[in-house]
This record gives sequence, C-alpha cells and structure tokens, in this order.
Amino acid sequence: MALNGMQIYKLLPRKNCKECGFPTCLAFAMKLAQGGTEAEKCPYMSDEAKAQLAEATAPPMKTVKFGANDTEYTLGGETVLFRHEKTFVNRPRFAIMFSDIMAQEEIEKKINNINTINYTRINEEMYVEIAAFRCESQDKDRFISLIKKVTESCPKVVPMIITESPEIAEAAVGICADKGPILFGANEQNYEAMTDLAKENKLLLGVTADGKENLYTLVQKLQNTGYKELLLDAGSRNLKGAFDDMVNIRRTALLSGDRTFGYPAVAFVCDMSQDKMMQLACASLFIEKYASIIVLSDMDYSMALPLFALRQNIFTDPQRPMRIEQGIYKVGSADEESPLLVTVDFALTYFIVSGEVERSKVPSWILIPDAGGYSVLTAWAAGKFNAKSIAKAVKEFEVENKVKTRELIIPGKVAVLKSDIEDELPGWKVTVGTEEAAALPNFLKKYKAKEAAS
Amino acid sequence: MAYKMPTQKYSGKILEVNVGSDLKLGGESVLPFYSFDGDIGNKPAIGMEIWDIFPESWPAGVLDVFKEVADDPVKWAKHCIEKYNPDFICIKFEGASPDGLNKSVEECAKVAKRLAENVSVPLVIAGCSNNEKNAKLFTKIAEALPNKSYVFLSAVESNYKEVAAAVGLAYGNIVAAESSVDLNLAKQLNILITQLGVKPDKMVMNPGCAAVGYGFEYAVTTMDRIRLAALEQNDATLQMPMILPVSFESWKVKESVVSEEEIPEWGPQEERGIAMEISTAVGVLTAGANAVILRHPRSVEVIRNFITEMTE
Ligand code: B12
Ligand code: SF4
Repeated sequence: MALNGMQIYKLLPRKNCKECGFPTCLAFAMKLAQGGTEAEKCPYMSDEAKAQLAEATAPPMKTVKFGANDTEYTLGGETVLFRHEKTFVNRPRFAIMFSDIMAQEEIEKKINNINTINYTRINEEMYVEIAAFRCESQDKDRFISLIKKVTESCPKVVPMIITESPEIAEAAVGICADKGPILFGANEQNYEAMTDLAKENKLLLGVTADGKENLYTLVQKLQNTGYKELLLDAGSRNLKGAFDDMVNIRRTALLSGDRTFGYPAVAFVCDMSQDKMMQLACASLFIEKYASIIVLSDMDYSMALPLFALRQNIFTDPQRPMRIEQGIYKVGSADEESPLLVTVDFALTYFIVSGEVERSKVPSWILIPDAGGYSVLTAWAAGKFNAKSIAKAVKEFEVENKVKTRELIIPGKVAVLKSDIEDELPGWKVTVGTEEAAALPNFLKKYKAKEAAS
Repeated sequence: MAYKMPTQKYSGKILEVNVGSDLKLGGESVLPFYSFDGDIGNKPAIGMEIWDIFPESWPAGVLDVFKEVADDPVKWAKHCIEKYNPDFICIKFEGASPDGLNKSVEECAKVAKRLAENVSVPLVIAGCSNNEKNAKLFTKIAEALPNKSYVFLSAVESNYKEVAAAVGLAYGNIVAAESSVDLNLAKQLNILITQLGVKPDKMVMNPGCAAVGYGFEYAVTTMDRIRLAALEQNDATLQMPMILPVSFESWKVKESVVSEEEIPEWGPQEERGIAMEISTAVGVLTAGANAVILRHPRSVEVIRNFITEMTE
C-alpha cells in the first residue's frame, strides 16, 4: 500500500542536513510521497527504510522480463483495467505448445508454422515469440532432445519449460539458459527447489496452483523467499474458469492494490479446446482481458493475422495517435514519370497503403497532406481531408517540381472529391482509385499498362 | 492473509429488449461475461446476414457457401435457419442502393414481408449505404410489418427523425441508433430519439464497428466506456443493448479478400475470412455486444460455442 508523507517521514534519519536538496526531512518526505523525487537522494536512509519505501512506491503490478538479447520481452506493469483510462503497456506474447510425447509429424508441422509466420504490420514484426515444452514422458533425455530440436530449428523462439520435476527442469534449463527461458511449474510441493533454480539463472518463474485461493497462499510463500519474478496460473483449463482467473488476478492487483497477485498471468488456451477456431476465439478474448502469455496448440496464418492485428490495436496508446509525417514519399525507385497517390497521415492507413504499393512492384509516389491524423473517411467526415488540404500539400511539398505527371490517384472511399480537387488544382486530373488498398496492386499494374500504351 | 476476491457491483443495468416474439437482448448488471460479479442477463444473440440480391461482391470464401441459395432471400434465410440455427436473420437491402440497382422501397417491402411470413426467427432489417434512401426504405418496411418488434439497422444523425417516427412510433418496431465510435455521439443520438417518444426498451445501439486491425481499438474503447457509463454511473441514456454488424466489416478487409494465388503463404482464403470474423466478434462481445451479425456458418458455430462456454 502507498505511504503518505508522514509515514515516509518516520522512516527518514531526520537530520535535516539538506543534502537531498530539500530544506527539511519533512519537505523531502512530502515530495517523495507525491512521487516528485527519489529515495536515493537521501544518502543517510537505512537499507531497511529503503526497502520499505521501494515496496510502498512500487507499481501495483510488477514488470518482469524473459528471453535474452534481441528476443527479450517485458510483461506486466499494467496500471489500468481499461485502455481508455491510460494505456495498456506490455502486449501478451504467444506460445506454441510442444509435448515430448507428440508424434514427429506434429512437431515438424508446428516448427514449420513457427518459421513461416513472419511479417511486418504497421512497423511491427509479427512472429511467434515462445515455444512451450511440456514434459509428459517424465523422461529427461526425451524432453531435452525435444527442446534441442525445436530451439535449433526455430532460433527466434524463447523456450518455456513446463515440468513439475525440479530435476528435469534443471537439466532443461541447463541446455537453454542463455535464451532466458521461462520456467513453469512451481507448485505447493516443489516451490523451494524451483525457486532456487529460477533465482540461480534469473528466470521468470511460472507458479501454478489449483484455484485462486491456493495460488494466493503459494505466491505469499514464494514472495517470502524473496523471489519476485513470477508468472501466475490459477489452474483453470476451461474457458469460463480461465476468464474468471484472468480478470480477478488483474483486479486483485489493480483494484484491491494487493501485490500478491501483482504479476502477469498465463492462459493455456491449448487446453481449452481442440478446435483451432475455438482457440482463436479464446485467444482473442484473452488479448482484451488480461493474459500476458497465451499458449496455443499451433498457429497458422489464418490465426496469426487476426491475433497479431487485434493485439496491435488493443496495445496502441490512446493518448498518442499513430501519425505519420506529412510530405511526399517514394515507394521503390519512383522517378518523375511514376504514378502519384494521395492518402492520409494516419499511420495505420499509410502503412497499409504503402505496403500494397510495394506489393504491386510499381514504383510510386505517395502524398500525405495534413489530414488531422485520421483514417480516410474519418478525416473526410471531419473536414480535414478535402480538395483544399490536398491542394495545399501539392504546393507545400513542391510536387510539381518532383514529378512530371499531373494526375493524382485518390482513395475510392472519397470519390466525391474528384471534381473539387480538379477545381482547386488547375491542370491536374484526378483518378479515383480502389476502395480497399488490397486491390491496389492490380489497379496500379493496369494503370501503368494503360499509361505505357498511350 | 487469505485471498479475498474483489467484485464490482454496479447500480446500473442494461435494459432488456424483446426482439420479435421471444428473443431477449441485454438485462445484465455486470460487465460482459462477469458472472462472478452478478447477473449477466441474456446470452448474446447471433444473427446471420443475408442480402435481398445475389451477393456478387462477397469474397469467394463465403460466397461459395451460399451460392446455391443466395438468389432468393427466403430460400437463403430458410437454409440458414434449418442448417445453422441462428437467433435471428439480418437482411441487408443492398439492392436498394441508389448507386446500385436502386430498387424501389415498395419492392423491398414485399421482400421483407415475404421473408417475415416464411421464417421462424426475428428479423433485423439493414439498409444500404445511403441514409436518405434508408429513411424511406425503413418507413415502408415498418409499415408492411407493424408491431413485429423487428430491429431496423440503423437510424443515424441525418435520418433519425424519419426512422424513429416510422419504425419506433408509428409501427411498433425497434430502432437501432448508429453513431460513429464516440460515446458522446451515441448518447446524443439516444437522447434525441427518446425525446421523439421512442421508449428506451424499443431501442438498441450500434456504436460503430470495425474489423480487428482496422481502428478496432476505437470501437472497443467506445463500447467499454458506454458500458461503464451505463453500469457505474447508471446513465439511463446508454443502457440499451448493443448490436454489432461484425460481418459488414470483417469480410471486406484484405485478410478476407485476397486470394490464395495472390499470397500463397497466407493459405486458404476461406479460413482467413472466418478467422477475421471470429476474432472481431469475440472482440466486441468482450466489450459488451449483446448481439453480433455474422456471415459464415463456421463463425456462427464457433461463436455459439464460445458464448455457451462463457455463460453456462
Ligand atoms: C477508428 C474510427 C475513428 C477514430 C479515428 C481514428 C483515426 N486516427 O482515424 C475516431 C474515434 C477518433 C473517429 C472519429 C470520427 N469519425 Co470515425 N471511424 C473510425 C472507424 C471505426 C475505423 C476507421 C479506420 O481506422 N479504418 C482503417 C483505415 C486503414 O481505413 P482507411 O483510412 O479508409 O484506409 C483504407 C482505404 O481507404 C484504402 N486507402 C487509403 N488510402 C488510399 C489511397 C488510395 C490512392 C487508394 C486507392 C486507397 C486508399 O486503404 C485502406 C485499407 O483498405 C470507421 C468505421 C469503419 N469501420 O471504417 C469510422 C468512420 C470512418 N468515422 C466516421 C465519422 C463520421 C467520424 C466523426 C466525424 C464522428 C463525429 N461526428 O465526430 C469523427 C471525426 C473526428 C473528429 N471528431 O473530428 C464515419 C464516416 C462516415 C462517412 N461515410 O462519412 C465512419 C465510417 C463510421 C460510420 N459508419 O459512421 N473515428
Ligand atoms: S538528505 Fe536525508 S537526512 Fe538530510 S535532509 Fe534530506 S532527507 Fe533529511
């Protein structure tokens, strides 16, 4: 729980020596309570007091890390239950489940899927971040060889080691410690040994118990050992139960301010259904409602496209709209004869459009006027994307000096702007493009062919 | 210290709206699916979208499923009801569009009437993209189908007076108020419509929909805020159930329309369309949708399964 100024004051040395830059210890305490300065500024505070203060001023949900180097990820650290209250900060990461009693073909298929899914959407690289390994054979060698095989074939994935045996866990950690694996499976029986192993290797430790009550007691025990790099699992393996766990773990931390549940949580969607589309439904739910790691049986492009898109949307900061700088942009090796398109300064729209232009392999120019940072129709409806703003951009970015063409391709959704723009820009012709950018490659190829013919 | 589960108890409650003779929407007094907090009201309903004309423009992934029956809306609707058991049918009068076939409102009303006489589930009547035409269309259809408690999608800022007067007041049907992803706009339109005399329990809302990946976060956040205002602040002007036409959005984005030949690594087009529809539907259900409109039978099956597991 947060401390007030007076409570903090009692923890200070009360020397009034001013070394912290404040006239008195009390003034320093007051400022500290508001978060306006740092405890480190007082050189005379006891370690005990520092620890107490750190505890009191820590955010309600801990930020933890897993992975290593280029594939290090941050989880947790959320401060709100709804994104409009501030923003969600750390997106959930996806894991694919492997088991050491799985048929070889199945393993190969999953490896292949992991290596196939790799694309960029609005400047973000999309791929499966984690391979989860469940030890079901209880055969150490078999388990190790599975982990080796998959991590060697999929260099980007971070392993998640799932076993309740500290001995098997130790062997597994031994072969992939450099990848910063997640160690999952600390329970009532094994938690001391598992915590030692996690501590030694600085690993994120997955804690599992049957039900929230048992998990709560177990986490308290774990916290008493001083290890706080935790990932929670309250044991439900059906959709409704897991939703209850996820919402209530998060609310316990953020609403009740109880840090026992102030850690990220994992959803084992792979155990909730055998149907891939049902897993997709469950995973979509848990992106919005509070999972930090989502374990699926498998993932192909049909699942990846909506899941990564949804995740990207939900974890966009509502206070910082994604805007792209106005100007004239070149796609490919566009020259003065290349087609010229106009779109808006909403980053989502720009990246979709430029992606499609790239896919068309027709080098082109894209003009971005000031459209208020909105999508095509939003900007049009708000009066920000119109003949005036487009004509202004043509002048401001000296388009007439950069290209010879006097033809402008506009988004199909704002076909109504055609004659207005032609009035605003004497000597220019406006061509109405397609409604959806996905049809741009065909459109541009035809456009280019027609131009060549004339 | 033992674990104490937090709960969120609210003073507000979502209105229960009766659609057709026995489909109930809304009624919850907690956030969507929060059965651990209290009464989650009626299960969210699933509708299937059909058109008054053959849906030439639908992507192959979903057109192929219906191409044998889609030449006639009654045949199409019966096929859906018999095979997939939706809670309602949403007929979209695409053929009324002045930019398209520009069918007369009389002709459309005949279709609606024939449909109503031949189906066992309630109807949701959706218009074309022209709001002016929709006002006339809805008036005519509501007149042809009085006191049916069918939902008319939608009354918008520019036509709500005509739509509300005909649909809600004169002919006893349900007005869907559609706004553009903004809590205040939703509130304002609801107030204007109720001020005309439409009872709040004869209304539903469409606060604006998008497909996942396409400004979807704005849709979710608007819905979150509407639900919190309705429950937490007991704001009576925002307590109508929400209906989201998921299929209108999810089948037109790239993921659903690009063929496998164009991007081979993406795999079968049909699967992608279904997946976009499912993810978008779950996304809005989680934010408070009381009804979703879908196209593909597989999406209907999965979303029904999802709703059952979340509510039973
Ligand atoms: C998210 C959203 C918002 C967000 C804005 C987010 C943003 N930065 O733009 C917010 C909530 C702020 C908003 C506000 C408003 N919105 Co708004 N919004 C939407 C929503 C849900 C999604 C828009 C989106 O992100 N689309 C995705 C992007 C990628 O699409 P896009 O920019 O059109 O790009 C595509 C194509 O146009 C094409 N394309 C783009 N450029 C080019 C270029 C060329 C050459 C070609 C060929 C193709 C092409 O490629 C893209 C992919 O296919 C839509 C509804 C919907 N489902 O579409 C309503 C919508 C656009 N909004 C609408 C309205 C009316 C408004 C407001 C005016 C409401 C109001 N009265 O206040 C305000 C305006 C802002 C203001 N207050 O000043 C209406 C517009 C109605 C109309 N037909 O005119 C819509 C359609 C909702 C509706 N059905 O009523 N909105
Ligand atoms: S440095 Fe520490 S002891 Fe000195 S005045 Fe500041 S708070 Fe007090």
